[in-house]
Amino acid sequence: MVVTVRLRRVSDWPKVRLHVVTGKGGTGKSTVASALALALASGGRNVLLCEVEGRQGIARMFDVDPLPYQERRLTTGLPDAAGGRGVVHALHIDAESALLEYLSMYYRLGRAGKALDRFGVIEFATTIAPGVRDVLLTGKVYEAVQRNSRNKSAIEYDAVVLDAPPTGRITQFLNVSNELAGLAKVGPIKSQSDTMMTLFRSPRTAVHLVTVLEEMPVQETADGIAELRSAGLPVGGVVVNQVRPRDLSSDDLAAARAGTLDRARVEADLAEGGLAVGPGLVDGLLAEAADHAERRALEDSQRELVTGLGVPSYELPRMAGGIDLGGLYELAGLLRTQGMA
Amino acid sequence: MARSSTHRPSRVGPAGPGARPAGALDVDALLDDPGTGIIVCCGSGGVGKTTTSAALALRAAERGRKVVVLTIDPARRLAQSMGIEALGNTPSPVVGVQGSGSLEAMMLDMKRTFDEVVLAQASPEKAQQILANPFYIALSSSFAGTQEYMAMEKLGQIHRDAQAAGTYDLIVVDTPPSRSALDFLDAPERLSSFLDGRFVRLLLMPAKGPAKLMTAGIGLITNALTKILGAQFLKDLQTFVTALDTVFGGFRQRAQETYSLLKADGTAFLVVAAPEADALREAEYFVERLSEDEMPLAGLVVNRASPDPGGELSADEAMAASERLRRAGGSPTSSSTSPTSSLTAGLLRLHADRVRMVERERTLRERFATAHPQVATVVVPALAGDVHDLAGLRRVGDLLACSD
Repeated sequence: MVVTVRLRRVSDWPKVRLHVVTGKGGTGKSTVASALALALASGGRNVLLCEVEGRQGIARMFDVDPLPYQERRLTTGLPDAAGGRGVVHALHIDAESALLEYLSMYYRLGRAGKALDRFGVIEFATTIAPGVRDVLLTGKVYEAVQRNSRNKSAIEYDAVVLDAPPTGRITQFLNVSNELAGLAKVGPIKSQSDTMMTLFRSPRTAVHLVTVLEEMPVQETADGIAELRSAGLPVGGVVVNQVRPRDLSSDDLAAARAGTLDRARVEADLAEGGLAVGPGLVDGLLAEAADHAERRALEDSQRELVTGLGVPSYELPRMAGGIDLGGLYELAGLLRTQGMA
Repeated sequence: MARSSTHRPSRVGPAGPGARPAGALDVDALLDDPGTGIIVCCGSGGVGKTTTSAALALRAAERGRKVVVLTIDPARRLAQSMGIEALGNTPSPVVGVQGSGSLEAMMLDMKRTFDEVVLAQASPEKAQQILANPFYIALSSSFAGTQEYMAMEKLGQIHRDAQAAGTYDLIVVDTPPSRSALDFLDAPERLSSFLDGRFVRLLLMPAKGPAKLMTAGIGLITNALTKILGAQFLKDLQTFVTALDTVFGGFRQRAQETYSLLKADGTAFLVVAAPEADALREAEYFVERLSEDEMPLAGLVVNRASPDPGGELSADEAMAASERLRRAGGSPTSSSTSPTSSLTAGLLRLHADRVRMVERERTLRERFATAHPQVATVVVPALAGDVHDLAGLRRVGDLLACSD
């Protein structure tokens, strides 16, 4: 591969077993979560990629049939320097199935279990009862990270990547057992949610935030980090997604903004490059340059803010042609060379 | 509210053989039509719904309408420039609107709206009991879905007030970025099924019904729940449901009224999307869902489109020329060893990148249009910076109305 030295770079998150990936809507958090799972699955490691929002985003991204509530082998991961691959598994978690599984795993309810369903308790618990939905979803994630003896023959994962709810909701989502603990003051649910919080607050968890270099997403990322910290949840890295191409030097960018690019030289170059320099071609290119330069300047100012957040950051390019499976591996490679995996 | 003009939003359905392509969305006609009483902007998160709502509201106001815009979660600086900070939960005038119309804006305070419903519906004593219940606190401040219920409630309130006092003739609503797309449409139904659900009836029963209705099944349930959740949980829940039962009766009725209001001719739904595969897929879902519920869909707004560079130069040609220049620049005999050759090569790569973006977006839009030819569409090019003042909103308004 290209730079072997960098390929061997140690991950910034060696202790992390649970990678939670959040981000403002439209920033590409599902793409980043998928790429991270691919990047982590090397050298025979097993990685589980989970989604909890019912969108079937993983299935679409990897072009497979909609996922059931069951761990499925999805694909092989990005090979490491020695060519060692791991496996990415996928799981689509929905609250109803999680509750039924939970009940059968922990309680032998027998007739009462059926009665719960018949009386609409399952529906009630998963749609209306505050916080319960989130605790069921996070509970299943917890179970996947911290396999227990009740779930026999389940795969022990080296890492779990969660395509989580958006930044605005992430703290509440992970902190839900706190909220639930306020409601259920005693009983097994209370102690189980306390155990879950212990994992989520430990160095074995990292909450990564995906952003693009625009004002609102960066602001939301900063707010999200502050919220996570005040809830005692471990902040991971910031992934800056959809970064514009850097084809112009900073001098040229400044000149483009000022409208002082050397028009005659560009025209001569174009002719030398074998292009028929029709009317409008140079004007068009210079106008594009000015527009690009303005957006790049905004990106740079936002990048400074991201740097100021004081957490590791990683950058991924904008893919002009969209992201296909090959593109995901490319992004995975970039995350790995930058040390995220 | 009778719709008088010809700009009737299409009731979308499956594109039958007679369906004609709707073409471009005429935003100004929609805003100027006195029959348009409510505009609802819906779409997935991060597509610019709030900005679109605010820009439409401002444009309508500056074209003479008396407008109120209900936003959910505006960017801080935009909220500041419109004079809507988190305070109030009632509309306040936006300063700086030009022309004869007027614009007021408010930001939804979910918990406060909920509290107000409780206070208005229950006796003071009962209201206090509800407000202090841990279930109520969790439900009103953090439960996913509450925002949708409350947006409906607030819309209904504003509409009733506007009808009574003639304060507004157009309400623009920004919807919460729901996970399950059109949760707010389901609000009345979910509420009803919640209240009429067997479980809730069950919880209410000991307080109301005779003891002999406590069948063996109920005993099983109560025991199971107590085992899992603890007795206090069940007791709090029971208190909560009992207390809310009376309050919710009125709430449910109003939610149903609001639902009918949304379905009426005076309402226009705009689906907002970005030219990304995901966002357009969501938009498709919205269009289908609105059509299922026979909601009046006015059209699709595709925000943040990459500006078309125009011209004849294709991406491949630009890349090839850029590559030739790069190679020539590296050769010592070349006449253009100056930095401009790398500049020009860079310009060509940028051009190629932009052409590819534009082409991809066009393909995505065309696919959408093929599947839903009856949906009128407007494409809004991406601005370089964020919008945080009235001038910026005006500019977005111009772009929406294609009068730029």
